[in-house]
Amino acid sequence: MSELPGDDDDGQRRPRSAMEVFRVFNRLALQGFGGVLAVAQRELVERERWMTPAQFLELLSLGQVLPGPNIVNMALMIGDRFLGWRGAAAALAGLMCAPLLIVLLLAALYRETMSQPMVAGALRGMGAVAAGLVIATALKLVGTLRGNPMGLKACALFAVLTLLAIGVLRWPMVGVVLGLGGAAVATAWARIGR
Amino acid sequence: MNDLFFGVHGQDSGVLLQLFLHFGLLSLLAIGGAITTAPDMQRYVVGKQGWLSDAQFTSSVAIAQAAPGPNVLFVAVVGWNIAGLAGAAATLAGSLLPSATLALAATRFGDERSDSRGMRAFTAGMAPLTLGLLLATGWILTEPVRDSVGPLLLVPFTVAMMLKTKISPIWLVAVGAVVGALGLAG
Repeated sequence: MSELPGDDDDGQRRPRSAMEVFRVFNRLALQGFGGVLAVAQRELVERERWMTPAQFLELLSLGQVLPGPNIVNMALMIGDRFLGWRGAAAALAGLMCAPLLIVLLLAALYRETMSQPMVAGALRGMGAVAAGLVIATALKLVGTLRGNPMGLKACALFAVLTLLAIGVLRWPMVGVVLGLGGAAVATAWARIGR
Repeated sequence: MNDLFFGVHGQDSGVLLQLFLHFGLLSLLAIGGAITTAPDMQRYVVGKQGWLSDAQFTSSVAIAQAAPGPNVLFVAVVGWNIAGLAGAAATLAGSLLPSATLALAATRFGDERSDSRGMRAFTAGMAPLTLGLLLATGWILTEPVRDSVGPLLLVPFTVAMMLKTKISPIWLVAVGAVVGALGLAG
């Protein structure tokens, strides 16, 4: 995995303190309805410029292969890379604290609010937007495949097979990651060696 | 007050320990994100232990998705509904501690070997899978609204706005909420 560059390199920045890490993750978590990933891409890559799109995809790959919530894994890894365990703790706290309070408050108020038809309708609309956000994030990251040693055709094949296996056929994640992922990593291994 | 803090089933340290251990185990199996463990969680807390009803479990997930923040917070709502604040702490700690430890160990291991052929093959090979997974997630999220035109228009609208403008996603979510609340997404 490539090292995250410092401020002077290619317009990239890095956080100065654990407090800054906390603030950025807190901000992106509070914007993340129906998942934080799309906001994370926008905030970390486009706004803060802490990483390139390729680095974001790399971290996301790792976060998805590792067990546990992807975005939490990513936050821990990003915080740890910049500022060690203090950065990891700050990223995790920023990501979780405020949303946890909100979600528990909602849980406490649930009976009065959530069963109303207007609220249910709003939830459906928000769900549709959340779907669009995730799809847009994927489309934004497609460009990073250009430098992939497997070549674009093999990449497209693996991406489409994954979409079919998980999205349409609903095969279990573990099997798809081990099977397709194993084949893809082996292909990349062979191409890099040539 | 007691209800608020200790949940409908009352607090019991044995229940808390079981929640912590079971959610910790699931955390280590949760490849692809916390939501992939929801079916097994439901089997455990609804089917096996009878701590929650089916409807309570489903609404726990819905509440977490309506709130900002990581989807994994649904485990805190499940814990809350079983055993109040202490329950939320038990399920969340169980869901995060094992996987967080593993993630930190893995990133340090990977960073030290970032230029090795193995790590390069891993990141190059997994990149298209990760994109495929994102697209699959987006597709699955459209499922509850696929039968009506309003939301089906919201999806490409959101994609176009994200790709063509710098607008913050939170405004798009707000548009979705308003459209839905007006009944146009029904």
